[in-house]
Formats: sequence, C-alpha cells, structure tokens
Amino acid sequence: MLNMVDTASPSRVFDMKTLPRVLGRLTRLSLRYPWRAALAVFFATGAAILNIVTPHLLGEAVDQASNLLRHGRASQGAVLDRLLNIGLLIVAASAARGGFTGAYGYLGENIAQRVGCDLRLAFFEKLQRLSFSYHDRVHSGDLIARGILDLEGVRAFLESGVLRAVTLVLLLGFGTWRLSHTDGPTGLLALSFVPFVIWRAARMGALLRLKWMLLQEQMSLLSRSMEENLQGVRVVRAFSAKLFELSKFDKWADAALQLCNQRITIRMGTTSVMTSAYYGAMVLVLWVGGHRIATGHLTVGGLTEILTFMTILQLPLRQVGMIVNSGARAASCGERLFEVLDLEPAVRDAVGARDLVVTEGLLRFEHVDFSYDHPGEKILSDVSFALQRGKTLGIVGPPGSGKSTIAQLIARFYDIDGGRISIDGQDIRSVTLSSLRRAVALVQQEIFLFDTSVQENVAYADPWVDNERVMEAAAVAQIHDHVAGLPKGYGTLVGERGVALSGGQRQRMSIARGLVAAPDIMVFDDATAAIDAVTERRIHGGLKKAVRSMATIIIAHRLSSLMHADEIIVLDHGRIVERGTHARLLGQDGLYAALWRLQNRLEKQQGAVAPDPVTGALS
Amino acid sequence: MRIPESGGGGRAGRVEFAERALAEEVFASIDPRILRRFLGYLGPYRVRLVLVLASVAVYTAAQVGLPLAIRAAVDSAIGRSAGSLQDALVIFGALAVLNGVFGFLQDWSAARLAQQVIFDLRRNMFSHLQDVSLTFFDHTHVGRLMSRLTGDVNALQEFLEQSISAISDFFVLACIICVLLLMNWQLGLVTLTVLPLLVAIRAMWLPWAQKKFRRARDSSSTVTAALAENINGIRTVQESRREDLNFERFRILALDNLQALLESAMASQLMVPTVDILTGVSMAIVVMVGGRAVLHGTLGVGAIVAFIFYVQRFLDPIRNLSMQYTVLQRATAASHRIFEVLDVPLDITDVPNATVLAAEEPSIEFRHVTFGYRPGRPVLRDISLRIEPYQCVALVGPTGSGKTSIAGLIHRFYDVWEGEVRIGGRDVRQVSQASLGKTIAMVLQEPFLFSGTIMENLRFNSGADAPSIIAAARAVNAHDFILRLPEGYETNLRQRGRNLSIGQRQLLSFARALIANPKILILDEATANVDSFTEQEIQRALRVLLKGRTSIVIAHRLATIRDADRIIVLDHGAVVEQGTHAELLGGDGLYASLHRSAAGSFDD
Repeated sequence: MLNMVDTASPSRVFDMKTLPRVLGRLTRLSLRYPWRAALAVFFATGAAILNIVTPHLLGEAVDQASNLLRHGRASQGAVLDRLLNIGLLIVAASAARGGFTGAYGYLGENIAQRVGCDLRLAFFEKLQRLSFSYHDRVHSGDLIARGILDLEGVRAFLESGVLRAVTLVLLLGFGTWRLSHTDGPTGLLALSFVPFVIWRAARMGALLRLKWMLLQEQMSLLSRSMEENLQGVRVVRAFSAKLFELSKFDKWADAALQLCNQRITIRMGTTSVMTSAYYGAMVLVLWVGGHRIATGHLTVGGLTEILTFMTILQLPLRQVGMIVNSGARAASCGERLFEVLDLEPAVRDAVGARDLVVTEGLLRFEHVDFSYDHPGEKILSDVSFALQRGKTLGIVGPPGSGKSTIAQLIARFYDIDGGRISIDGQDIRSVTLSSLRRAVALVQQEIFLFDTSVQENVAYADPWVDNERVMEAAAVAQIHDHVAGLPKGYGTLVGERGVALSGGQRQRMSIARGLVAAPDIMVFDDATAAIDAVTERRIHGGLKKAVRSMATIIIAHRLSSLMHADEIIVLDHGRIVERGTHARLLGQDGLYAALWRLQNRLEKQQGAVAPDPVTGALS
Repeated sequence: MRIPESGGGGRAGRVEFAERALAEEVFASIDPRILRRFLGYLGPYRVRLVLVLASVAVYTAAQVGLPLAIRAAVDSAIGRSAGSLQDALVIFGALAVLNGVFGFLQDWSAARLAQQVIFDLRRNMFSHLQDVSLTFFDHTHVGRLMSRLTGDVNALQEFLEQSISAISDFFVLACIICVLLLMNWQLGLVTLTVLPLLVAIRAMWLPWAQKKFRRARDSSSTVTAALAENINGIRTVQESRREDLNFERFRILALDNLQALLESAMASQLMVPTVDILTGVSMAIVVMVGGRAVLHGTLGVGAIVAFIFYVQRFLDPIRNLSMQYTVLQRATAASHRIFEVLDVPLDITDVPNATVLAAEEPSIEFRHVTFGYRPGRPVLRDISLRIEPYQCVALVGPTGSGKTSIAGLIHRFYDVWEGEVRIGGRDVRQVSQASLGKTIAMVLQEPFLFSGTIMENLRFNSGADAPSIIAAARAVNAHDFILRLPEGYETNLRQRGRNLSIGQRQLLSFARALIANPKILILDEATANVDSFTEQEIQRALRVLLKGRTSIVIAHRLATIRDADRIIVLDHGAVVEQGTHAELLGGDGLYASLHRSAAGSFDD
C-alpha cells in the first residue's frame, strides 16, 4: 500500500513534459476534420452569445413589468405589446440556443468519434505489424486495455473536455463584457466567485484523477484476487482455504473502499465549497445591487439579468473539474497510445525487398548468432545447417537450448545478430515478409483457435482454399473423423479459445492448419507432445506424401518423434553439440545417446515396450 | 420514482448459467421485486439512511427557499415590500449556508452509503461462491462470473449514485411545483403546462433513442472483441500473413461502429434543443402572463424574478430522468445477474452438529456409491472399495471411467447419489468440511499458482513459518531452482507462474501440499508435456510426498503405477480389476491391454 502511494505521486497526474505535447497532438488530430471543427466553434460561439441574450431579455421584461407598476395603467397597452415581443424573442433565443448547443455537442462528438475510429484502426494495424519481440515484452491484456480504455480516455477529452473549455471561455468573455455594461460594480461582484471556483474545481479534478489512479490499482488487485480464486477454485477447495481467501478479499476491498470514500469526500467537499462561493457572491450582488437600485444606478431588470447569468454560469464552471480531470486522463492515455503508434516494427521489409522465389527449396543457416535482446544472453551461437526439399531435420535438446528459436528465425519473426539465413540463396532479410511467411509454416505446441468455425480455423492461412483441401489436411492430421462427427461438422464453432477440444485434438488442428498453407518449409515445434504415440505414427504415415514436396523440421522432446530424420542436430546452450543420423549419434555416445538411454530406461523400467533402436518400430 | 409494471414477474427461478450468454438483454425490463431485494441491502444502515433523507429534506427546503429570499430582496430594493433588504439578505445567507452544509451531507453520506452497499454486495457474492458446489463451476465460465462481480456490480453502483441525486431532484421539483402554485396558482398552472409536454415528447423519443443506444453498445463490444482476439492471436495472424485481410475486416466493423455511435450521438443531442425550447416557452409564459398579473396587482416584480429562477431549474430533473431510465434498466439487468449468483443453492453444507475429523486413522472406504453430474447419467455405479491407512492406490482407466469423480467424492466436492463415502470410518457428510479439508489435500493435474511470491504460494493458508517451508521445498527438490530465481523465495510469480516451466510449477504444488501436511493426499498426475529430465525429478519428489500418507493417485505414468501398493482399474464407472502391477499384467484384462497399447503413458 505504502509504495503504491509513492509511485502515484501528483507528477503522475500532471506530467508537464508530456501534457502539452500529447494534448497538442490530440488537438491536431481533430483538425483532420477542419470544417466540422470550424462549424463546432461557430455554433459554440453562437450558443455563448445567446446565453447572454436570454438573461438580457428577461431583465428587460422585468423592467417593463416594474414600469407597469411605476407608471400605472397609462402605458399599459405599449408595455403589454413589448412584453409579448420579449416573450416571443425569449422563445426564439432559447430555441436557437438549444439548436446551437445541440449542434456543437453533436459535432464535438462526431469529431471525437471519428478521431477515435482513426486511432483504433491505426492501433490495430500497428499491432499487426509489430514484431514478436514487441509482443513478447508487452502483455496482451495490457495492449487490449490500451486499445479500449486509453482510446476512450482520449476520445472523452476531445468530445467533452475541449468543447467545455471553449464554451466556458466564450461564456466568460461575453458575460464579462455584457455585465460590465449592465452595471460595473455589481457585474464585477457577480463574477467574483469565478476565479475561486475555477481554482477549486481544477484542484479537485487533479486530486480526483490521482485518487482514481490509486483506486484503479486497488480494484485491479481486488479483481485479480477474485479471478484467481475462481480459476483456482479447486485448489482453494482442496486446501479448505475459504477463510484465508476471504481475508485476502477483505484486505483489498477495504483498501479500495477507503479510496472510494476519499474520492467522495473530495468531490462533495469541493462541490459544496463551490456552491457556497456562488451563493456568497449572490448575497453580495443582492446587497450592492439592492442599494444601487435604490440609488437609481441599476434597474430591477439589470439585477435580474445579472442573477440569471450567474445561474447560467454555474454549471460550466463546475465542469472545470471535469475538464482538468479528462485532460490529465487524456494526457496519460494518449501518451501510452502514441507510444505504440510511434513504434517502428523491429522486423520489416528492407527497402526494395523482392518476393521470395523458391526453386530448389534449400534452407541454409550459416553461422547464425542470436539473442533476444542484444547485447543479451546468446540464445544461438554459430548454428549452421542445410536442409533441402524432401528431407527432414530433427532438432533436440534440453529446455532452453534454443530449439524453438530456430523455428521462429526461419520465418523471420526476429532478426539474427550474426550469420545468414537463406532460402535458395536469397537472404531472408532481402525478401518480403509476406512471401517468406507464405513459404514457411510453423506448427506449434499451443494452437490459438479463433472464435469461428473449425473450417475457418483450419483454413486460417488460406481462407479461400476449397473444402476438399481442408478435409484432406484434417485427414492427414487425424482430426477429420473427430470433426466430421461433430454436430455441425466443419461448421462447428470452436468456442472461445477452443475450450471444447482436448490438448491432443488442438495439436492435430494445428497440424492441419499448417498443412493447408502448403508451405515449402514446414516446422513442427513440439507439435505432437500431447498426441499419443499411436496417433503420432499415423500422422507421420499420412504426411509421407506431403513431405516429399517440402523441407521438414521436427523439434521434439520425444526422440521417437524425430529418430527417422535425415539429420538430427543436438543443441545445448544454443550450440550444436552433436549432429548426424540417429544411428551415428547413438554410436557417438554423447548427449543424444544419453537421452535415448534415459527415455528408454524410463520405459523399460516401466515395463513398456521400447521402440527398436534402429527401426523405431514397436516390436 | 415511478417504476412501470412489467411482465417480468414469472421469469425467476433457477437458470442454467452456461446457456445464458445471450439472454442478458431479456432482463432490460424493470422488475420491482428485484429492486426491492436490492434495497434490502440498505437494511443494516437504517440510521445512515435516515440521515440521508433528513439532509435531502433540509437541502430541498433551502433550495426552494433561496429564490423566495431573492424575491423578498428584489421587492424591498424597489420599495415594494415592508421587509428591509438587510433582513432578506440575512435570510438568503442563512439559506445558502443550510444549502451548502446539507447539500454536502446529503451527497456525501448518500454516496458513501451507496459505496458501502456495493462492497457488501460484492463480498456476499464472493463469499457465496466460496460455498457453492463445484458442479456449478464445472459449467460456468470464470469470465462470466467475473463480469458479474465487476461489471454488474459497477452498473449497480452507477445506478445507486445517480438515483440518490435523482431522488433529491424530484423532491426539489415537487416543492417547486407547490411553491409556484402557492405564489400564484394561475401563473403556476400555465407555466407548468410545459412539464407534461416534455414528459410526452420524451416518452416518444425514448424507445427510438434506446434502439440507437443499444446498437451503439452492441457494435462497440463487437469491435472490442475483434481487437482482443486479434491481439491474443497475433502470432498466428502473422504466421498466416492474415494482416491485410484482418485489417479489412476490422475496418468494416469499426466503420459500422462509428456509424452507430454517430446515430446515438444524434439521438441524445436531439433532446438538448427540445428542453431548451420548452424552457424558453415557460419563461415567455412567465414574462407575458406574469406581466399581466403584475398589471392586475396580483403579482409582485420580485415574484416574477423568483419564477424565472424556478423555471430555469425545473426541467432538469426530467431531462436527467432520461439518463436515469437507461441506468435503471441496466441496473435491473445487473441485479438479476447478481442475484442469480447469490441464488445458486448451496448443495453441500455441514450438517448441524457435524463432528470434527481428527484422530481417526486415515482409511478411505466407498460403500455402494453411485454418483453422476447429471440426473439419469451416473458416472460411478455401485462402487465399493476400501483403502487401508497409509496405503498408496493408483487409479487407472480410460477417460470418463470415473477416476476424477472418485477423487472429488473423497473430498466431498460432491455428494453421492447413493451409498456412502467414509474417511476414518465416518461418513464424510457427517463431519465438518473444515476438518475434512485439514485431513485431505489434493494436487491437481494442472498446477495452479496464485499471484504473489513463491513463499506466499507455498505457505498458502497453512500459516507455516519460513524454515519449514524451505525444508519442504528442499524435500521435493524445488529449493535449488527457487534459489536460482532473481529474488529466491521472494520472487513474484508473474501471471500465476507463467515465468516458470510446467515441471517447476508442479514441484511447487507438491511443496505446497507437503507443507499442508495432510493425512490423505489425492494426486491427479500431470500428463502435460514435461521433458525427461524434469520427469525424473518429479518422480523423486513424488516419493517424498506420498510417504507416510494414505494416497490416491490418478496415475498416467507407468512409473507411478508400478510403485503403488495396489492398482484399481476403472471402466465405465465400475471397478473392473484390482491388484498389484505384476498380478494385473499376469491376467489378461483391461490393464494388460491398456498397457500394451500405451507405450510410456496411460493417456488416451
């Protein structure tokens, strides 16, 4: 709790370095709709003028009425005519004011929504282009929050913050001019509460913003603790930890409630102080005004005009708090949003990049060095291999040895630090990303399923492929029978994140997805870990035909998955420590042979039937 | 506040959560009973509620009195009143002070009360969820529950905050109407004609506008969902080169959303000129009709000024009502969903005078147990088995054979349909759940860790001290890798331990179970992909963990199965074979055939 207060210092609310820059940039964004902006200002000006016209008309009417009293029935007809005119003018002015207010309100919202839509599209597009290194670093939930909440914060400021500020300035400007004409001293008194209220309101806006940020942190801790409790309900039950969990809940909830209450006190306290200032000024106006009426410097109508204008002014003044609050919010939201929008993807097409032309289908790694953040820990050093169409390369090694990294480098999801990766002699950095990725398919251990049908998920890489191909791929991946048995077959929705499918089924979907892409190079990154041995063998059988037209890389823990590869490389700490065929590696009696013995011993011990070391077939 | 009657009465009752994803809007009509139940949460705070209402009363009186003081001031300024200007101003000042103080008291205490009620409600939900049976969680998405605990609770909060100001608005409106009629009933009546007019216009506008608002909301959530999905699946998107196509699709959604938002903006802005025109009309009426009344001597100039003040205010409550109605609808729907959670029946509760399980020897016995999750579909059929204290039994069988159900029944996550489950010779339904929890611990297939430090995770609710926690971590071979982490035992687990490998997480969950030190341990062995190196460590840790306890292992790995004292083979909810590994291999039953087909593991 304590350190949270420290991190949320007021400088987080008002970072004077970013605030003008970000708000300025936001305002420029709305100028992309110049005629709407001009119209909005026009209508706002009109509304402000009409806001001083109405009090004036009312004052005039009161004067006329008091004339009636003073002069009696003599001028009756003329005065009543005059009152009728004033009445009609009031209706007209109110109608016009309403129309103008509605119009600028709508235009403000219109501009803000358009800018919001522009930003949303730009954000979406930017995220699609940013490379894996960025997505590794930034949590997806954080990005989603930026795309929703930060965007909303920016939009709200453009919609109401800017317009409210403009309206207030115009209103104060015209009002000061008009009131000083009505009666200088009284008019000045009427406006005397304005600076005070602006100051209090602005301060409240900033304070509320600060407390809000603290509250958000507290609420997210509370939500997280609730969510984990529910997700881990079995653990909670298994350990009978109800009371423990409730005490955790109470700790977060009490802290949040306290912040809520502080916010309430700030808001309500300031509001009542502002209201008191307003009424205090009104007492002064009535006092001085009353005496000036008695001395003939001011008419009753003039006093009415001043008082009415004060009531009109009250609301926009109170909103200064909101303007400040939304400005501060927009500054920090905009900052986070622009930070993403201004990023350059680490991996992108080189200038003059050409499409990859695959002829022989020869993939070559030459002395490749790689680290995720240079100068960081080296993940791969001096890795070289060559693989051609129709051949299979197996990659094995302990966790963290760099196996999966190789898979990601082939499709250039990261750029290497040294060496060269080429396909048919073309450096992959010199070809377009889209042609490269069309040539390479990755099948990963975890498949991401989209909230759509099985058909669309399998055909994700090639949405216009015909159904035959989809079914063919599914059949090879040994998932066709399962899918065909579903109520709606390939049209079945997989549900959010594919909850209805088992781990093995998901992996088989992933393989089918990779096959539909018909790549020149296919990488199975531990893609059969959750698939039982029998099914895996069937998949390999089905793949026989397909693999003839492509280069295949199999990354696996289970040696039986890759023992048939034409070449196997053994990685340790990012280096190739052994290479060769299965038989040769067994002969070398190194890491591979040790791993083989370990896996076989585990199985032998368990009395299982170990695959034959030479053929891999189950005896 | 008038609440329209609606046909929502007979719709209550128990509802299946899982099937109701899309039914939310159904509850958009307002059900008074729901509101009444909700207001029941105010019960414990009666005193504060009275304070709020008293403040509202004083505040309203001050609000309505202020223009009257202005009238007195104006009249005395132009010499039309017996009272002095000074007196009028003193009264005005006093009213202003009352207005300030009680306005603050009203808003402040009401908002705090609302906040308190909201937090109470959330705690009630959360606490109730700690007691509902696991059957409920089996077919309820956590995400949906979370949206009730956060989104719906927030909707209620918004409603409560606004309804307080609405109530005081309406008090003010009612008093203004009275004062207007008292000052000059003819002028008052004519002025008030705009009120029904506004109500009528609003009634016509509302359904049309709400359609626009709803469309805007719906399309916004579609856009949000599309954005979230694309971000979550960004790797697949890039691997499949779907960037351009996905952008095009997203653009269509975003533009449609923009259109909907603009229409809804138009709809809400249309009310602005309407209210302004009507305000203008009422002012014109005051000026014209009031002027005539002044002429006839039935009205003073000060009264006209007061009228103008009143007229400026009195349309506000009605304008706010349009917002209020939407909020009220949303709140009703939200309370419906909240009470649905609160109404989930508690199937499993302690019997009165439940005994405490303490000194009994940890034996487990199933006597003719029949059990299932859905009526008519038993998962276990007439199962009887006995596990002696300190024995280790492996449960083996194909998916759906009932292994996990047996584990759940021992811990009384569910109640049996027929027969009984006995721990230490006592029916689990007769002992307290708390003592059952102390006796039995479970290690789940998917190791689940919480946010927080490793130390906090290992301690969990055991209250154990640091040395014994470290000793346990050593025992299961987790100590070394923990020390290699940046801050050792104080390392924060990000994202519930995603920064650890699954094998490491499994070892931590072993240590957690060891620290809880239960007499009976139920272990659902992880099948997830762990490499051969880690698997050896896990097997070693397992032996430490199981020592000196009665244990049931839902076994997938042959190594674990071989080590068990006894193996129970299940199929279709019945025990088909039991015995030691050697005995079972010798026979020619399901175990032998499972064993033949599955090389290395018993997963299917």
